[in-house]
Amino acid sequence: MSLIGQYALRLQRKRLLWRAFRSRHVLRPVANRTRQIARGDILLFSTLRNEKVRLPYFFDYYRDLGVKHFLIVDNDSRDGSRKWLKQQPDCSVWTTKASYRRARFGVDWLNWLQTRYGNGHWTLVADVDEFLVFPFCDTRPLHALTDWMDASAIRALPAMLLDMYPKGPIDAQTYVEGQNPIEIASWFDSGNYAIEKNHRYQNLWIQGGPRARYFFGDQPHNAPALNKTPLVKWKRGYAYVESTHMVLPRGLNQVYDEQGGECISGVMLHTKFLNTFVEKSTEEIKRQQHYGRSREYKAYARQLETKQPDLWNTWSEKYINWRQLEILGLMSKGNWA
Amino acid sequence: MSLGILMLVHTDLDRAAQVARYWASNGNPVVFHVDRKVSTEDEKELRKAVSDLDNIRFSQREDCRWGTWSLVAATQSAAELMLGEFPTVRHVALTSGSCIPLRPVEELVDYLADHPRTDFIESVTVEDVPWTIGGLHHERFTLRFPFSWKTHRRSFDRFVRLQRRIGLKRRVPTGILPHLGSQWWCLTRDTLAAILSHPRRAEFDRYFKTVWIPDESYFQTLARLVAPRIESRTLTLAKFDLQGKPYVFYDDHLQLLRRSDCFIARKVWPQADRLYAAFLAPAARAPQKTEPNPQKIDRVFTSASERRTLGRPGLLMQSRFPQDSWQVIKTAAPYSVFQGFTELFEDFELWLSRRTGAQVHGHLFDWTRVQYAGGEKIIKGGLSDSVDIRDRNPTSFLTSLIWNTRGERQCFQYAPYDRQAINDLVIWDSNAQISVISGAWAIKLFRASMDFETKRKEAAWMQRVEDHFLERLRMRGLPARIRIWTLADFIDDPMEHLQGILDEIEPSAPRRLAEAPKMVDLAGFSVFLQQLKNAGMKPYLTGDFPAEVDPRAALRHNETKPYLVR
Repeated sequence: MSLIGQYALRLQRKRLLWRAFRSRHVLRPVANRTRQIARGDILLFSTLRNEKVRLPYFFDYYRDLGVKHFLIVDNDSRDGSRKWLKQQPDCSVWTTKASYRRARFGVDWLNWLQTRYGNGHWTLVADVDEFLVFPFCDTRPLHALTDWMDASAIRALPAMLLDMYPKGPIDAQTYVEGQNPIEIASWFDSGNYAIEKNHRYQNLWIQGGPRARYFFGDQPHNAPALNKTPLVKWKRGYAYVESTHMVLPRGLNQVYDEQGGECISGVMLHTKFLNTFVEKSTEEIKRQQHYGRSREYKAYARQLETKQPDLWNTWSEKYINWRQLEILGLMSKGNWA
Repeated sequence: MSLGILMLVHTDLDRAAQVARYWASNGNPVVFHVDRKVSTEDEKELRKAVSDLDNIRFSQREDCRWGTWSLVAATQSAAELMLGEFPTVRHVALTSGSCIPLRPVEELVDYLADHPRTDFIESVTVEDVPWTIGGLHHERFTLRFPFSWKTHRRSFDRFVRLQRRIGLKRRVPTGILPHLGSQWWCLTRDTLAAILSHPRRAEFDRYFKTVWIPDESYFQTLARLVAPRIESRTLTLAKFDLQGKPYVFYDDHLQLLRRSDCFIARKVWPQADRLYAAFLAPAARAPQKTEPNPQKIDRVFTSASERRTLGRPGLLMQSRFPQDSWQVIKTAAPYSVFQGFTELFEDFELWLSRRTGAQVHGHLFDWTRVQYAGGEKIIKGGLSDSVDIRDRNPTSFLTSLIWNTRGERQCFQYAPYDRQAINDLVIWDSNAQISVISGAWAIKLFRASMDFETKRKEAAWMQRVEDHFLERLRMRGLPARIRIWTLADFIDDPMEHLQGILDEIEPSAPRRLAEAPKMVDLAGFSVFLQQLKNAGMKPYLTGDFPAEVDPRAALRHNETKPYLVR
């Protein structure tokens, strides 16, 4: 890349950081327990809105993995999420009524919190419907992975979004608080992902899965991006560009091997397609706060009008464990053994 | 008689204390070397933790840095202390704070008692060493390395280059032959004492101070000088990865480590509670006399290294995205591309799948529909028949299809009237078997019901497309297995040609073809070709078709000749 191009990226990063810095004004602390954060703690950052029903399991899952502190931005929840979060001893909460879209879908807020509290820590950014699976996660805690990545001079872990769905209509089974959502949404597409390289940011752009197949069959270029880099050894000056799809400086996006080898990677199990999805999409279309003016939700709505979608087909794979995902080629151990 | 343990520690001192307690309470003295970078409080805490044990000592603290002399100096002083303080020690083992004994202490002590005069130290001549970092073999010993490789890489490299350019070399002290090997050894008292009190020690030390990574060569070289019997292997199981850092053991390696029968393992993740609990527990079995057998564990780590360097061929994923290069295998398994066969044979797909057991798709790159085998809408892996999705990224589409169905041979039809989206992929792919009957598209036109003028235009267009494809197929040195016939050549002896293709698909099936696919009725085809020629479009890709004069057709054609001026 030319020097000018590189400089443009630097300017863009500075601009993102400036936006993040300014967005701190809209974040009102509800509970700030960040003084508890100790050296070497793994931190989780998330933005949410009206997700009370999902929170207990989400917290349990990541506590189990070894996340030590949760830093959450509540975007004006009305369902008691805020109150619940406030009661968690290992959670700091900020709230805001500001526009999610204008905060570039929450990225500004989290960039700020990561800049402020994440420096020198391994930071994980996950939505409440995303569950990180990494090699050996059934026998080794997240700390084992981050220690190994530290020793291997790896700064970021790629973990693509893997859309999970139930068998049968999406709203046939009701998710109850505290339940493992994978019990309902336990199916996924194993091999229909298209990959391109984004030369500007050096990241891979992945599209596909059930969303592309079912909702975007006639406009695949609009299908949501699935590549993510959610786990980063954060340093002040880093900034996510678009959700966690890409990071700047762009060296952090080079998490893949181009000579034929495999780098280590994980998967984010994405459990969006529960019964809660149906009401959510109606609301999100009204709010128009999501990417591309909720383009994604509009595509869903078009399908939802006719019938309750059933994403399942005979070739759907039922989720078992990380080894299954490894064998299918969705993630890799790299040379971690 | 006992075994003395030298322990170099710099972090996770609580674990080191735990292991030291295990050694010491079983009658084996321990000498700690605590890195000077460790804070005094931490060191005090360590001393306090083992203060109840009278056979633990602490040696002079050095500031240890990777790849430098300081590690050797630390070992020397610890070893001197060990030999001086504990006269009953017969063997001395060098370990780190993250080493863990895998077998009961008695077994190791017994083993060493059985080999009283043997030194266990990996010691290999420089030429035979497979592991090197920075590509330095012999130069480790003939150049000088004043800059740290870890922290001043650029200066390190520059200085190496400078010395190479001006031919700056220094002499290896006479009488010694440089050897390399694992840092972790177990030497007899006599050998260790002979090295430490060697009359030329000052000279050797001076030399090794500027050798690169002397901790892997100092004792390894000098042991060759003084030891009567060297067993060139280490009792410490330590595997190194591509970056030269040791593989780490976790709780889930427990069974693997148990079955390895090695004595000591390095290195253990400090938070692997189960490993520490299991291996530091009092012996639960009678002492056994098995030889260490690290092969199984070796295999695990070798396959991990291969995963990192070679990966799984034909897999495109988030952390494996090979650059477009002819060296990279593009797909996961062999597959066949057929062009012109469905035009010539009526039941080609059915015949082929019966004959080979392969999955035979129709035209995967058809403009209107992805024609999966059996008319499926979705196939394995969740690939959909949407043309838009396929065309969004045809390369990903085909590599995914081959990857998803590995284990089952894939065949598909291709034609000039399909989307020409994967030509570059298949011709550069060593897994592709491409068979083309050129000009067979003319049969499709011949049998189609459309007016002649359209046929003529279509023919010209298809010929252009196919010609372009053939031109690429005829490039030299393509890795794909390519067969091209003209239509005329092919129908000359179709059985022979089909047999050749099938033999390649199933090399182990010696059966000759019994049943041939049914060829379409070609009566009147050469007349059609003549009509095309007469209309000014020469279908040269079909080859020289035997002319078959059909006066009626010729007559009819004359009537419809579009540009005939009456």
